[in-house]
Amino acid sequence: MTALLDIDRIHLAYDTAAGLHSVVEDFSLGLERGEIGCLLGASGCGKTTVLRAVAGFEPVRRGSISLDGAVLSSPAGMVLPERRRVGMMFQDYALFPHLTVGENVAFGLRRRARAERRARVAEMLGLVGLAEVGDSYPHELSGGQQQRVALARALAPEPELLLLDEPFSNLDVDTRERLAFEVREILKATGHTAILVTHNQAEAFAIADRIGVMAKGRIAQWDSPYNLHHHPADDFVAEFIRRDALADQRARVFERGARKAAAR
Amino acid sequence: MGGPPAGLPRMTSRVHALSLRLPVRAEGGAGWLLAATLIALAVLAPVAALAWAASGGSLAHWSHLAEFVLPGALANTALLLAGVGVVVTLLGTGAAWLVTACDFPTRRTLTWALLLPLAVPTYIVAFAYLDLLHPIGPVQGTIRALLGYDSPRQFRLPDLRSLGGAVFVLGFVLYPYVYLSTRVMFMTQAASLLEAARTLGTGRLGVFWRVALPLARPAIAVGLSLALLETLNDIGASEFLGVQTLTVSVYTTWVTRTDLAGAAQIALTMLVFVVALILLERHGRRRQRYANAQRMRPMPPRRLGGGMAALAAILGWIPVVVGFGAPALYLLAETVKRLHRVGGVSDALLAGAANTLAIATAATVVTLAAGLAVAWAGRTLRESSRLPAGRACARVASLGYALPGTVLAIGLLVPYALLDDALNTLWHAVAGVAPGLIVMGSGVGLVLAYAIRFLAISTGAVEAGLARVPASLEQASRLLGESASGTLRRVHLPLLRPALAAASLLVFVDAMKELPATLLLRPMNFDTLATWLYAEAARGTYEEGAVAALAIVAAGLLPVILLARTQLKIGH
Repeated sequence: MTALLDIDRIHLAYDTAAGLHSVVEDFSLGLERGEIGCLLGASGCGKTTVLRAVAGFEPVRRGSISLDGAVLSSPAGMVLPERRRVGMMFQDYALFPHLTVGENVAFGLRRRARAERRARVAEMLGLVGLAEVGDSYPHELSGGQQQRVALARALAPEPELLLLDEPFSNLDVDTRERLAFEVREILKATGHTAILVTHNQAEAFAIADRIGVMAKGRIAQWDSPYNLHHHPADDFVAEFIRRDALADQRARVFERGARKAAAR
Repeated sequence: MGGPPAGLPRMTSRVHALSLRLPVRAEGGAGWLLAATLIALAVLAPVAALAWAASGGSLAHWSHLAEFVLPGALANTALLLAGVGVVVTLLGTGAAWLVTACDFPTRRTLTWALLLPLAVPTYIVAFAYLDLLHPIGPVQGTIRALLGYDSPRQFRLPDLRSLGGAVFVLGFVLYPYVYLSTRVMFMTQAASLLEAARTLGTGRLGVFWRVALPLARPAIAVGLSLALLETLNDIGASEFLGVQTLTVSVYTTWVTRTDLAGAAQIALTMLVFVVALILLERHGRRRQRYANAQRMRPMPPRRLGGGMAALAAILGWIPVVVGFGAPALYLLAETVKRLHRVGGVSDALLAGAANTLAIATAATVVTLAAGLAVAWAGRTLRESSRLPAGRACARVASLGYALPGTVLAIGLLVPYALLDDALNTLWHAVAGVAPGLIVMGSGVGLVLAYAIRFLAISTGAVEAGLARVPASLEQASRLLGESASGTLRRVHLPLLRPALAAASLLVFVDAMKELPATLLLRPMNFDTLATWLYAEAARGTYEEGAVAALAIVAAGLLPVILLARTQLKIGH
């Protein structure tokens, strides 16, 4: 079985005054159609750079990125971002402030007939549970609502692959957990393939079928959540998962205590 | 999930076919770079042409200039710059500190009123004061009446038509440049720094001299350099007041003696001053970045009481009254008197007003389009290896503001003549008739000159506007299937609308009141409000000049309001 997304031994680097600054080295992963993958790692590990390369904003210096068997990026050239059929949800949502919610969702549907476009906008807003806000402007919505508009907008043109760049980091803890599950349900219901980038382990485990633990521009293990827990590839992964799980546990105990204190 | 394994060979061939169709890694930046380069060359053309024209004169020529014209003009220009420099620094810094450190009645109004003289072009303030301070005019008459004299022969103020007079009128309309930059700097200075100085045993005056002023020095340098560039640009005031500066020499050398080489040689001399002032401004701006401490608690002004408050208010309002109130009221009174007596304005003045509107509108459109191209080129090239080229273009393109109008116009004479020749030859070859002077004979040459001179305004505004558009909006648009140019049209242009509106206002008003370049490049029998006023003043017939001047000042008030809102955050 061929993977839908095939990242094959890519190297990514930035142009700086002092020459090329290597960010990601020898990075590979494959993602099947309908799967949700996640790149998990501390800030500065290169996970966002990988996402930007898949979107077509960063050139690959070596290796290649292919989608559905077609090469998107290689040192020989890149397909322009607008021709990739790749959607993206941004950390700051990137909703166009001068357009209404409906116009935002319709932005990528320019080539469709008007009636079809209107139907698709209504369908997408219904999917994310925001059928009534089509005429509002983004700034009139809450953070969580903006988030869902961003999802509707990214899915409207039916991309082959959806990229999510730290999509929940600007939300408070409660909204974040609820939305992570919601997003997973929507993606699974519509059969979309997606990659999420995050530094939050709970988020990664809540949403992803496969998780890649990243450090210093390399991928340490690309596996199911179960295997990461029970069969870590090396000490780094084991330590990373354990430490974060501990922090998570501690946070929960603390929260429970706080709730009890508040109840008294 | 996924395709069947049997599809693999087919897939491989598809990969191959697609790889061949991969577009080369160019983001359409090449076209923008080309546009920006062409614009930069257009800005450089007049300087290059000046050098060429200057070298066309013989050596005897130059020695004549060096012996008889330059020494006087150089001395006058240097003295004028020095005098205006002292006046604008004292007035601008003093006023800025007064409204920052002290609280007194009318302070809030004064804070923006101090900008009003910016609405009065230098040639208009000179025009107004020549009449106001005339030995038999209203001011001197009042003084004599108060002192009990009955003839100008017994008492008169020093003649305004002198170097001192020029320093006086220029200083009082140009100080807002220093006031604005310095006031913004004082506003962002952290109170804690000044309070620290107080706890270390420094008095109020000591805080100003030892902390606030040194911190504000870069801002003063920026404002000072802008005010002096305006002084160098001025032609009307110096000429009305009889001060033979370099600018006036360039103008008379070309207009009365048709001596292009000589005019170009003097213009090149002026460029030395220009370069020095640009260096001063750049130096100030570089240092300003480090001295800025934003988002800190600003200094609370000290409440003044009784006599001190009255004194502060009087001192603070003097620059406003001298630089704006008196000349504006004079123009208003003269206009009312004129309209009352004649019952309307002449057709010639109306034609001048129509010309002004048409040419300023055309210049605004061209300047905005060019500024958009330069700024957008800089933005698209940011992530590519061609960045240095793009940045160099943006730098060069923004240099036009520093070229005095007279220098720019003399520099454009040769390129325009060449362009007209080429167009005529081409036209003749195609249609069999020569159309005559297209560039010089119509307003085209004037519009291009304005665009070169005011390009910095539109480029700066668009750059600042673009900086506020997050990169993620652009990326989102691209991933939703929109091309680079489509993204500019559907995302950036709508978001840039406020910045573009502000820039058009500034360019329009600047084009409307431009005098030095207009005098040299306008077509035959073509008058704008500014040249109309100049002609009236030069003839000494003050008939409808006040009406034209009032129209220019009224239009000039709009950008001042804009400036007060954006820079001093007044009215928000």
